[in-house]
Amino acid sequence: MTIAVARDVDQAPATPLIEVRGLVKHFYAPGGRIVHAVEDVDLTIGRGRIVGLVGESGSGKTTVGRTLLRLIEPTGGRMSFDGTDVFALSAREMRQWRRRMQIIFQDPFSSLNPRLTIRAIIAEALDTRGYAKGRARLDRTVELLELVGLSADHASRYPHEFSGGQRQRIGIARALAVEPDFIVADEPVSALDVSIQAQVLNLMEDLRRRLGLTMLFISHDLSVIAYACDEIVVMYLGRVMERGSSRDVRIAPLHPYSQALIAAAPVPDPSRRRVHVPLGGDIPSPIAPPSGCVFRTRCPKALPACAETVPPLTDVGQGRFVACLRVGAGGVSL
Amino acid sequence: MTPAAAPSASSQPDVLPEGILLRVDGLKTHFGTGNRTAKAVDGVTFSLPRGRTVAVVGESGSGKSVTSLSIMGLIAPPGRIAGGRILHRDREGRVRDLARLTNADFRHIRGPEIAMIFQEPMTSLNPLMTVGEQIGEMIALHERISRGDLRRRVVELLKKVEIPAAESRADDYPHQMSGGMRQRAMIAMALACTPQLLIADEPTTALDVTIQAQILELMRRLQADMGMSMLFITHNLGVVAEIAHEVVVMYAGRVVEQAPAETLFGRPSHPYTRALLASTPDPDRDIAADGSRRPLAAIPGFVPSITNLPPGCAFAPRCPLAAQACRESPPELTTVAPGHVARCIRMEAA
Ligand SMILES: Nc1ncnc2c1ncn2[C@@H]1O[C@H](COP(=O)(O)OP(=O)(O)OP(=O)(O)O)[C@@H](O)[C@H]1O
Ligand SMILES: Nc1ncnc2c1ncn2[C@@H]1O[C@H](COP(=O)(O)OP(=O)(O)OP(=O)(O)O)[C@@H](O)[C@H]1O
Ligand SMILES: [Mg+2]
Ligand SMILES: [Mg+2]
Repeated sequence: MTIAVARDVDQAPATPLIEVRGLVKHFYAPGGRIVHAVEDVDLTIGRGRIVGLVGESGSGKTTVGRTLLRLIEPTGGRMSFDGTDVFALSAREMRQWRRRMQIIFQDPFSSLNPRLTIRAIIAEALDTRGYAKGRARLDRTVELLELVGLSADHASRYPHEFSGGQRQRIGIARALAVEPDFIVADEPVSALDVSIQAQVLNLMEDLRRRLGLTMLFISHDLSVIAYACDEIVVMYLGRVMERGSSRDVRIAPLHPYSQALIAAAPVPDPSRRRVHVPLGGDIPSPIAPPSGCVFRTRCPKALPACAETVPPLTDVGQGRFVACLRVGAGGVSL
Repeated sequence: MTPAAAPSASSQPDVLPEGILLRVDGLKTHFGTGNRTAKAVDGVTFSLPRGRTVAVVGESGSGKSVTSLSIMGLIAPPGRIAGGRILHRDREGRVRDLARLTNADFRHIRGPEIAMIFQEPMTSLNPLMTVGEQIGEMIALHERISRGDLRRRVVELLKKVEIPAAESRADDYPHQMSGGMRQRAMIAMALACTPQLLIADEPTTALDVTIQAQILELMRRLQADMGMSMLFITHNLGVVAEIAHEVVVMYAGRVVEQAPAETLFGRPSHPYTRALLASTPDPDRDIAADGSRRPLAAIPGFVPSITNLPPGCAFAPRCPLAAQACRESPPELTTVAPGHVARCIRMEAA
């Protein structure tokens, strides 16, 4: 038995695994008012790629991740997963698809059932896959634990006997049990101390290489995203502001919001200490987002025209997309 | 092998070098008794110079909050200060050991001498009182003041922490404010009695980076303008680099290193400090020119349990430099350079 066939990333077909177009998710606040959690989000994730979703609290990152897996139902938009329109599937068809898409949660303390042993937690996930009971299942459990750097002796213990980093490894093993193609990792290292965070980030990179996993990696920590991801998608108040290769977005952000976010991220080096505050005010309520560009109320470069039209996410070349009236072709700031 | 018994703390005179506002010396704060004793703080030593910001950094459970609660006299049974001293110089220049102060004495310390911003902001703001009332209450506790003057002072404080429309914001309840505004209100409350020392326990951890940047800028400015000393507690090395003049690194209830910020980041001495810096992702360092990721230098294993600390250096089980002697007895804090101390016998081996 093997863990999943390692796919050769270089020879992957050109079609991306995930294509999301015009994703919308509204919630309803008391009084029937609409919460614009996600508005018109486009997302493309190539096979074997890790795409990072970054943005302030409330920008809609978790909502995007959960709607993609249909853990919550989208309000609108389309998602093609390996050529299939996932949002059009019936509940029964969806059950078949579910195992191909898994989620890893932020909180390693509450995402594992405290009354089950690690073996039982993983067995529960293996049930979905229809693994036989007995020997084969046990072998597979041990194999999964070893894959995430734990050992067979851990199988009979309970979650409370593990440290935060170990619990997150168990969460990852559980997600991998069904051999998914796609994983949404929602703040997978945010609850962990840095020394443990590094262990888990290394593990995730290792698994990506060995299993060819495709991943949407959600985090509010820009240095984690910039390190762990191939591409970065910057969200603000439910919309994508900018998207591009990790390196480009980090080194030369084009959207004023990405620029502010990167300038605000503290760097562990006092000689690179920032001199001024890059961005004032708070994120507005998604119940009454500003007209036009949602960022304009905090944008240091806003023009009167920014209040009138929603800037489309525009291809500025080299895999870079920016939603800003002031950023023209080739990424030139107007 | 046991280290030479330290002279009993109470036999030493309470003296503080000029320019030092607070010196924590061999502080031990334990919870419970017998073999279940949790040694949350077990030999914390550091100095806080007047008018400077000292950051205390360490991973979860390393004893940062317990250290600051000990300074504030807020350790309640089953917790107790089991040893050491907390020497503090007040406005009159009097030096006292806060570890031996009574609760009544602490009333004159908390507020005008030392104020604290707690780790959970929502637990320290009363949801049933307006922010203005709460700040006013703090002022009225320490001085006689007319209602009109009190209101003016409250609004002044809210302006000082850059809350827009301070007059009307004073009448807001905490839940009507955003996280960033609430944190500003907390700072205003802490500054109500113009303390000499502000202890801030993870004041920006719950905030977004953009809001965090605003609050850090505000705190840096207030510290400099008021000539206040600040003890800034965080687990985030990036935040440390933003705010601190000096840094204290804690591990499993002990201080392993104290140094000026530039030294700590540029030439860290303790293997734990080095490991902490190396394991924090830095894309400039950790991504190769061809775009491939270099594995992060993760620290193997995990932090020991404080009810069952190893007999020697608590970091030895995870330390790449550990030798037999490290596992036998805890190393002393030794001077690396003036103003730079570290608790390690193997520093030269690196
Ligand atoms: N079930 C719900 N009902 C109503 N509003 C919701 C619901 N779930 C999310 N929201 C709102 O949708 C917006 C986006 O939330 P989401 O959790 O996706 O943000 P996020 O970017 O993941 O934030 P964080 O960084 O805090 O996790 C927020 O304003 C949130 O309050
Ligand atoms: N009231 C208490 N009773 C028993 N143990 C306690 C108590 N308060 C704290 N501790 C223990 O003391 C240790 C140090 O806790 P402390 O809160 O100081 O950590 P910290 O460094 O502030 O961590 P964090 O970064 O998570 O805030 C922990 O192991 C904690 O469980
Ligand atoms: Mg979220
Ligand atoms: Mg704490």
